[in-house]
Amino acid sequence: MDLSDYPLELPEGDRPMVRFMNVTKRYGTLTVLDRLDLDVAEGEMVTVIGPSGSGKTTVLRMLMTLETINGGVIYVDGKPLTHMEKGGKLVPANERYLRKARSSIGMCFQHFNLFPHMTALQNCMEGPVQVLGMSKSEARARSEELLEMVGMIDKKDQHPSRLSGGQQQRVAIARALAMRPKVMLFDEVTSALDPEVIGEVTNVIRQLVAEHNLTMLMVTHQMGFARDISDRICFFYQGKIEEEGPPEQLFETPQKERTQQFLSAVKDAG
Amino acid sequence: MSLLEFLQTYGSLIVSGTWVTVIQFLLAVVVAILAALTAGLGKLSKNVLIRGVAITYIEIFRGTSLLVQLFWLFYVLPLFGITLDKFTAGFLSVGLNIGSYGAEIVRGSIQAVPRGQYEAAYALSMSPARRMRRIILPQALVLMLPPWGNLLIELLKGTALVALISVADLMFQTRQINASTFLSAQAFGTALIIYYILARFLITPFMRWLERVMARRLGRA
Ligand SMILES: Nc1ncnc2c1ncn2[C@@H]1O[C@H](COP(=O)(O)OP(=O)(O)OP(=O)(O)O)[C@@H](O)[C@H]1O
Ligand SMILES: [Mg+2]
Repeated sequence: MDLSDYPLELPEGDRPMVRFMNVTKRYGTLTVLDRLDLDVAEGEMVTVIGPSGSGKTTVLRMLMTLETINGGVIYVDGKPLTHMEKGGKLVPANERYLRKARSSIGMCFQHFNLFPHMTALQNCMEGPVQVLGMSKSEARARSEELLEMVGMIDKKDQHPSRLSGGQQQRVAIARALAMRPKVMLFDEVTSALDPEVIGEVTNVIRQLVAEHNLTMLMVTHQMGFARDISDRICFFYQGKIEEEGPPEQLFETPQKERTQQFLSAVKDAG
Repeated sequence: MSLLEFLQTYGSLIVSGTWVTVIQFLLAVVVAILAALTAGLGKLSKNVLIRGVAITYIEIFRGTSLLVQLFWLFYVLPLFGITLDKFTAGFLSVGLNIGSYGAEIVRGSIQAVPRGQYEAAYALSMSPARRMRRIILPQALVLMLPPWGNLLIELLKGTALVALISVADLMFQTRQINASTFLSAQAFGTALIIYYILARFLITPFMRWLERVMARRLGRA
């Protein structure tokens, strides 16, 4: 499929919040995503599960445009994310276009990646002030509201080095939300945490699902949590969606053999 | 002649020389920092031309001796129509020389900032320049302070060479005194002590203080 075969915009009535269309990602000779098609509807919570190396993180990183795309197009809210229009045809997006396009996407990382030279509050204000050009007082109000929501308001003046992993991850969630993204990405946000603080973070995500109409794409190894809060589960295998469906269906009655193997292996382990 | 008598007689010359050394040092520090930042960032640039200029500068100034660079700036540049007074040629060559070493420190510490920091800034839609200025450089700065502390002491020692193009610094005055009095032990002994004091009791404590301030800004202290 040639780039000129992709629509400049998705048609009215067929505009999921996120659409991966035929997306391919290669590292050298290794094909990590193989002509992937994936839609996420507005307000939908989709969880990606699968064995290590199956390309789960890559899916999120592609959507954050942290990785270059080797084939296909990703659309967000109907408009191309990875490409831009030039002479009536899509061409790979330049830095400027990407900067604008990715501003509707927020991401939380496994290792939090808070800015160590800023306090929790400054971390949250950084994007709104520096990127959105918001006034400091406005950004502070918004940030404090979010820190309140994630239960970190009393630690707002602490630097990350003074916070536990669970606390840092909650600040990181607030920092991403402060940009008012349409889509939130969570890549194994509890994997680096001690078991006793995992609940702090999952509760924040539960609250987001319950109270906000955010579109979310999450990678996790916590099957119980995924089952509780997801609208849909995608099981990845070697860079493709092997099987997908509502949580009950996928966890109770998986159709594919590889899904069954994976789920029973996970069950045995944990 | 006792050291005390020596100081009474030649103290004012030594003080004036020390003062010139301090000024040469401070100006050379400014040159070195600017050169190191420019070349260090330039070496990381995607632009081939910028990278080429940065690498050329670093190679030339690291690969040749400071004394030769000093003579070039003072004696050879005028042949190309650029005349620098000896004072300017002095701190400029010391600054550029040390800056070439500093450039590698700048580059190394920028690359040592964890990749996740770049990615988090990217995920907030920051432009490349803003990522560098707001997120990467402040953290790189903390990493570069200890090696810069050593480099500044090298820089101070390097300023002694400006005496060879007759800048009236501490070394120059000491040599003058030695030439006219032959009190080598007193003259060079005093210079030795002053250089040591400047390095150990001014530069080192200042850098330590700066490291502590920066650590506090990271909430670590
Ligand atoms: N920068 C890279 N260079 C080369 N190969 C890479 C790179 N990043 C990822 N890969 C490879 O791509 C494949 C998919 O990686 P990815 O991180 O998406 O897997 P994952 O499903 O998230 O696995 P895990 O559960 O271990 O996090 C793996 O084989 C990995 O080794
Ligand atoms: Mg992963």
